[in-house]
Amino acid sequence: MSDSVIRVEHLSKRYRLGQIDPYQTLRDAIARVAVSSSRAVRSAFAGRSKATRNPSPDGHIWALKDVSFEVDRGEVLGVIGPNGAGKTTLLKILSRITEPTEGRAEIYGSVGSLLEVGTGFHYELSGRENVYLSGAVLGMSKREIDEKFDDIVSFAEVGEFMDTPVKRYSDGMRVRLGFSVAAHLEPDVIIVDEVLAVGDASFQRKCLGRMGEVRGEGRTVIFVSHDMAAVENLCDRAFALARGEIFASGNPSDVISQYLESYAGYSTVPLASRTDRRGTGRFRFVGLRISSGPNPTDTVRCGAPVDFEVSYEGKPPLRNVDVAILFYNQFGTCVLLAGSAIIGKVFDEVPAKGTFVCRFAKFPLMPGTYHLLLGGDTNSVQADEVKDAATLQVVEGDYYGSGKLPPRGYGEFATPHEWELA
Amino acid sequence: MRTETRSAPTVVIQPSRGWAPIRLRELWAYRELLYFLVWRDLKVRYKQTVLGVVWVVIQPLFMMFVFTFLFTTVARLDTDPVPYALFVFVGLLAWNLFAKGLSEGSTSLATNQQLITRVYFPRLILPSAVVISGLLDFAIGFLPLAGIMIYYGYPLELSPAFLVLPLLVALIVVAALGIAFWLSAIDARYRDVRYTLTFLTSLWLFATPVVYPLASVPTNLRWLYSLNPMTAVVEGFRWSLLGSAWTLDLITGISLVAVVVLFIGGLFYFRRTERIFADVV
Repeated sequence: MSDSVIRVEHLSKRYRLGQIDPYQTLRDAIARVAVSSSRAVRSAFAGRSKATRNPSPDGHIWALKDVSFEVDRGEVLGVIGPNGAGKTTLLKILSRITEPTEGRAEIYGSVGSLLEVGTGFHYELSGRENVYLSGAVLGMSKREIDEKFDDIVSFAEVGEFMDTPVKRYSDGMRVRLGFSVAAHLEPDVIIVDEVLAVGDASFQRKCLGRMGEVRGEGRTVIFVSHDMAAVENLCDRAFALARGEIFASGNPSDVISQYLESYAGYSTVPLASRTDRRGTGRFRFVGLRISSGPNPTDTVRCGAPVDFEVSYEGKPPLRNVDVAILFYNQFGTCVLLAGSAIIGKVFDEVPAKGTFVCRFAKFPLMPGTYHLLLGGDTNSVQADEVKDAATLQVVEGDYYGSGKLPPRGYGEFATPHEWELA
Repeated sequence: MRTETRSAPTVVIQPSRGWAPIRLRELWAYRELLYFLVWRDLKVRYKQTVLGVVWVVIQPLFMMFVFTFLFTTVARLDTDPVPYALFVFVGLLAWNLFAKGLSEGSTSLATNQQLITRVYFPRLILPSAVVISGLLDFAIGFLPLAGIMIYYGYPLELSPAFLVLPLLVALIVVAALGIAFWLSAIDARYRDVRYTLTFLTSLWLFATPVVYPLASVPTNLRWLYSLNPMTAVVEGFRWSLLGSAWTLDLITGISLVAVVVLFIGGLFYFRRTERIFADVV
């Protein structure tokens, strides 16, 4: 309280839905003028729409609504939330890229914002030229860049390609160079968005290490990420945003747990209306509910207990039933078959309506996005199959109970194993 | 540090309305970024070209040949005592500096959309960088000019009128900045601007005494020319470099006022709409 470097009070941002479209033409504005007086033209000149405070139901959305918080000097604050929750809008306001509609924020000290890796890069220019360009865009002076140039190059590990145009770089090299420039910024407050979600595993570790150093230097950081493990490891405090509002704040692991449990807007996936299915139709899957706690969710931790409740309806008698969930990773590879027959469980006879439950005591899949396929047989004949029944997000978790998180990018599974000295 | 930060926040973020101040101090603080953007512009322009900077010389020379053919062979235009080729080249020298600022400056916000939506800096720097980078091409243009002057046996000596040239160049820059501020701010929101640029530029070229002398314009139409800020500048260029007649009359005066009005108006319009650039660009 006594030493807050960032003070945010009742910050709100409203977008007109049209503003999210890529761009407008004068024709649209003229059309709007014809319909609704001269508001469009006035806003073109006024620079912002002075529309009424109570927005028309279709015309506006609040990307951020009444957000207040403070960050102390040297504190690392994490911000989590689902897509479209307002995280990026908040960062853009704090970075002065866009203005709030209401509210106020005060920042004491210089601000550096990292909203992408390789800000200001021009692909025709060489690595060397881009270090200067990106550095200048991010707020470094030429002298500062001169001084740090060697460090930046060695951190990025692209030394021999410094005079090659960046367009000939691999994605990995480009990311490393971009991050390296950004990592050498020295503002009082750093605003970081998702940049750690890029690059190969070993470079990611290096970036996380660098973030740890930054923290040690007493810099204040606001860190937005989907990477719960990074938020948990790096942040002193966190809050979760949903629909533009803060719904949980405090200690990072509490906030993450609350977020995972109560992530609003998600419930049982209805499947009855799906028509793109296969099989005899002897029974049909009508719903899928994923939970890792009392409430349904689409995000679970690696190593956490997870239940998949598959409800169905069919025509009796339903005999010799086999049910399976197939997990496909983002490359379309089936990484896991969780089937009843395969574990020796065959349902001899089931009622016309009911729910199968598939339980994982410790969910084994590594962090990532998975697409679920549901399949069911009666008497070894396919009764139903629903592709892409649901999308599951798996986030980092302490699978082994060792206090360590299995690192992303090393394998698809965590599985119990032992080590000993023979 | 601590006591210093307690005094006042470095950055205050809140909704703004109405006219915004120009904030010269902040612009000054970002001068190095301006330098790097100009540098980027120059570097990128001639990467992957075989002839590189030679293009800067070829383009106006080629235009000079075309216009010389048109107005000395096809139609006859009297520019006596100055040879037409020299007459038009000097006009084009001034015009091209303005036209580049006009066409590239006006789309500079949209082409730098990636920067605008990712990082904060005074957006005025973007159109300014484009206009300023045109100065190098302009300077290079003096080499072929010297060649043409020697060819026609013009003395390469610096008359006192030459000292006025920097002032005229400054006027072109100010006029180009003014128009680029206006059009880039509008283009950020309405991409219609880019479609009008091609014909706006050629229309403006012919509405300016670049390929013909102002003297050949009927007297009763001259007042119209006074509204064009480039009129006085182009006439002044010929006076300064070739010793042509240039009268500082009412037309010149109004033309100069038009430049200043365009610039200041553009500056304020830009600043007023700047706050929404990242949302609409």
